[in-house]
Amino acid sequence: MKVKVLCRNPDDYVRETTRDIQRVPRNYDPTLHPFEVPREYTRALNATKLQKVFAKPFVASLDGHRDGISCIVKHPKSLSTVISGACDGEVKVWNLSKRECLRTVQAHEGFVRGMCSRFCGTSFFTVGDDKTIKQWNMEAPGYGVREEPINTILGKTVFTGIDHHYKEGTFATCGQTVDIWDEQRSSPLRSFSWGVDSFNCVRFNPVETELLASCGSDRSIILYDTREAAPLRKVIMKMRNNTLSWNQMEAYYFVCANEDYNLYTYDIRYLDIPVTVHMDHVSAVLDVDYSPTGRELVSASFDKTIRIFGKDAGHSREVYHTKRMQHVICVRWSADNKYIMSGSDEMNIRLWKANASEKLGLLSAREKAAANYNKKLIEKFQYHPQVKRIATYRHLPRELLRQKREQREMKLAQRRKDINIRKHSKPGSIPVVTEKEKHVVAVVE
Amino acid sequence: MAAPIPEGLPSTHVEKKNKKQKKPSKRYWEKTENPDQRKPEEEQSKDAQKQNKARLINRPLKRKKFEGSEQEKSDPFPGEAPVPKERLQKFKRGEKYKWHPDTLRKLKTAIKFSETVSDLAQDQAARFDLLLPEDAGFLEGDEDEDTCTISQDDIADAVDITSGSKYFNLDLSQFGPYRLDYSKNGRHLLLGGKRGHVACIDWHSKDLMCEVNVMETVNDVKWLHTEAMFAVAQKRWLYIYDSKGVELHCIKKFNDVLKMQFLPYHFLLATASATGFLQYLDVSVGKEIAAICTKMGRLDVMAQNPYNAVIHLGHPNGTVSLWSPNQKEPLVKLLCHRGAVRSLAVDKTGTYMVTSGLDRKLKVYDIRMFKHLHSCFLPAGASCLSLSQRGLLSAATGDVVQVYRDVCGSNPLTKPYMAHRLRGQVCGVAYCPFEDVLGIGHGRGFTSMIVPGAGEPNFDALDANPYRSSKQRQEWEVKALLEKVQPDLIVLDPGELGKIDKATFEQRHKRKVESLGFDPLGKEPFKPRAKKKGRSSAGAVERRKKKVAYEDQRDVIRESVQEKMEKQKELEEKAKAMKELEKKTALDRFRK
Repeated sequence: MKVKVLCRNPDDYVRETTRDIQRVPRNYDPTLHPFEVPREYTRALNATKLQKVFAKPFVASLDGHRDGISCIVKHPKSLSTVISGACDGEVKVWNLSKRECLRTVQAHEGFVRGMCSRFCGTSFFTVGDDKTIKQWNMEAPGYGVREEPINTILGKTVFTGIDHHYKEGTFATCGQTVDIWDEQRSSPLRSFSWGVDSFNCVRFNPVETELLASCGSDRSIILYDTREAAPLRKVIMKMRNNTLSWNQMEAYYFVCANEDYNLYTYDIRYLDIPVTVHMDHVSAVLDVDYSPTGRELVSASFDKTIRIFGKDAGHSREVYHTKRMQHVICVRWSADNKYIMSGSDEMNIRLWKANASEKLGLLSAREKAAANYNKKLIEKFQYHPQVKRIATYRHLPRELLRQKREQREMKLAQRRKDINIRKHSKPGSIPVVTEKEKHVVAVVE
Repeated sequence: MAAPIPEGLPSTHVEKKNKKQKKPSKRYWEKTENPDQRKPEEEQSKDAQKQNKARLINRPLKRKKFEGSEQEKSDPFPGEAPVPKERLQKFKRGEKYKWHPDTLRKLKTAIKFSETVSDLAQDQAARFDLLLPEDAGFLEGDEDEDTCTISQDDIADAVDITSGSKYFNLDLSQFGPYRLDYSKNGRHLLLGGKRGHVACIDWHSKDLMCEVNVMETVNDVKWLHTEAMFAVAQKRWLYIYDSKGVELHCIKKFNDVLKMQFLPYHFLLATASATGFLQYLDVSVGKEIAAICTKMGRLDVMAQNPYNAVIHLGHPNGTVSLWSPNQKEPLVKLLCHRGAVRSLAVDKTGTYMVTSGLDRKLKVYDIRMFKHLHSCFLPAGASCLSLSQRGLLSAATGDVVQVYRDVCGSNPLTKPYMAHRLRGQVCGVAYCPFEDVLGIGHGRGFTSMIVPGAGEPNFDALDANPYRSSKQRQEWEVKALLEKVQPDLIVLDPGELGKIDKATFEQRHKRKVESLGFDPLGKEPFKPRAKKKGRSSAGAVERRKKKVAYEDQRDVIRESVQEKMEKQKELEEKAKAMKELEKKTALDRFRK
């Protein structure tokens, strides 16, 4: 007779001393783990609920400005430094980690229209309603020394925006024309205009550094090459664009914030149709910024909310609002991809988490693993109605909700009307126009 | 001319490469070679080319030799060791996606990525199998020796002391016969005597945790999710006790319970009562989830399917019915026996069900297909059945317990693997999880019997750990409660939740209408506006209504009518032609 009976030595399964960690022998045999899918689903549901519980995106509010914030600029080298300009011409430099104002400069008379920092982080430029471009040192002056700009350029017209070249000492301003300036000179190197009276925004491309784009008040987006004498191309849309932002990872994409409540992502190689239309705002979109990873974008709107969109998502994944936040004028995504800064009409700069339920601070390895696992679970079960319902629900103020419904109603009515018109006219005489095609009027070479 | 060629070397391309002589790239100031000039040269070097070809063929061989001599110390089996296919199969989940020719590119990449990930997981799990510490037990007789003739005492003598001590008898002749239950990790044993004796034992250490007499008939005992609590079905009501024997709850909603089953992942205690009710108690919140009147009379045969948490009930008319708490009717009803069903057991993969009936037959069913596989005749009939983790079947016939091997499969049962005679009528049998032990409750007490090869050798400590500390138990309890599966997810196929919902538009629409209570896509009936000057008379209104009636269907109707007309026309023409043919006589063909 040959016999073997299961006999385990408890010492192999129990820790040796109390200071040791517990032994956890595993066996991945699927028959020992029944209800795989239902249990995973339950976990996913719990993860979704917890995500909602922990979604506390508001981090801090920086107050101190005495008028609405008109622009915010990130420091190119320091994560904690942010510069903001207000509608009364005041510029403040903030330390985000301490949440305090380091320095206050009365830069202009009237609005600070635009700001940009130099790529090396030593100085920044401001333009204002007083027709001047001023260059300021990033370092505060010593005690008792008066706050003076390094350089001041007097222009002929009001400047409405400014952006700095990513590698060289040139910058571009916009106003009645788009001007390219050398830092060393007091007159522009080049002036571009293409039959428009004014521009609102100008942005250099972060990769193809000689390329820049501007939004004009004649509803156009114009692309320029600084090495050429004439602008490259112009897209005319149905409504005016307020600002635009380049995708920093795939720099052939840019997104523009439009007055018609939508944002449009364009591919500069195919300008005749936008790649994506980002809808959800219920009022004009005032500012937009890509995340440094280029996967998401944040937009600020006149409807007092900030929304976060996926790069190619038609609808927002997140909406931020507070009772006190008024029309949001400017918004920036921090360079570590973790925070969002927004400046609004009621003189505050607010700091938000980019991922509302993310835990801040250092995470232990187990916490990180759990967070990743939960993320994956939610992704896996995202289309299940229960999970979807919880994950996508966002509380909106009543007024916003009302507007949203109203606009949906209007859109449906328009669609119905289009269908009816098509039905009662000669077949083929009224073409079907997609949402993407609807908003572009023309592309001019 | 091109770059100078050293004399004696034929100037073919291959040769140059062989000798590793690099020809300087051509510059624009150099003249292009004249092809005519080159020709004779090539002809001259034909012999040389032949040689080259031979050399070319030789080359790979040479290289091999060279490699062999250089890298003799290298690994002869590079890369990871291959995993046997059967082992990989064990960890396989679902079929691979079958590519449709017009699958979208984006979807394709997503599916490919997920497939590589799951393949990797499968491979890693299969590789981990090598590291499992324990092997399953076995019992082999000598030549001409039948394993079923080997007595328990012989086995206990032959194995080591710890294993030998797993064969023991508890002589409890006063309060029997006994029902028993092992906890999920196999550490704790619960005994319930018919005449009120309830005892729980940590049977590894043989510690008596508590012993009480409830002074009432005990029908069944069951551990709840941990060893801290157990349920006892007494004469009238259901009671919950803690491991010290203190009565925690008396649940009067559950009366006359005869059999109980605990669903560990759902935290549900399913009870079958003498009044024909199947009730579910959620032990995590203490609520009755469902009470189903089965209308099948006294329910004293019950088993759970560990794969999908469906409750199987056996009935006196020979049927077995499958129940979930979400449905008032049985999911399935199977006619299994000619007499009453006496006992039931379902294996842990949820594939096989074994039943025994008053017709003294033992039948094995495939319950995924609801198909009868094979049956055998037991002279005394089996009163209690139990399936072990590794698929051994124990059948109690009178005072003998027989253990069968290879029940789950298409081969019919032959002779038993083991057998053991007890001193009283057997009332309950249960295999201890993760041990080679069969617990038998009988009229004269309890016997723990060694059955080599019954238990799963390697446990998963995150699921059921017999050696867990109290801290680990607490942690496990919290985790288990967090991922408690909701009772409405009990269905026949638990993997259904992970599959694509392929409901058609009509089905989804129907569901929506049911949930909303109205049809969101339904059209409002046309209401004609009230008009003056007699234009709203009943007739006028009807006429106006007629104008818009079936407006959306008109095109379709028009088309179908037209089609019909055309078809009819065609038919008529055909008939006409046929008629004309018929008119002709055979002689007509000679007519000019």
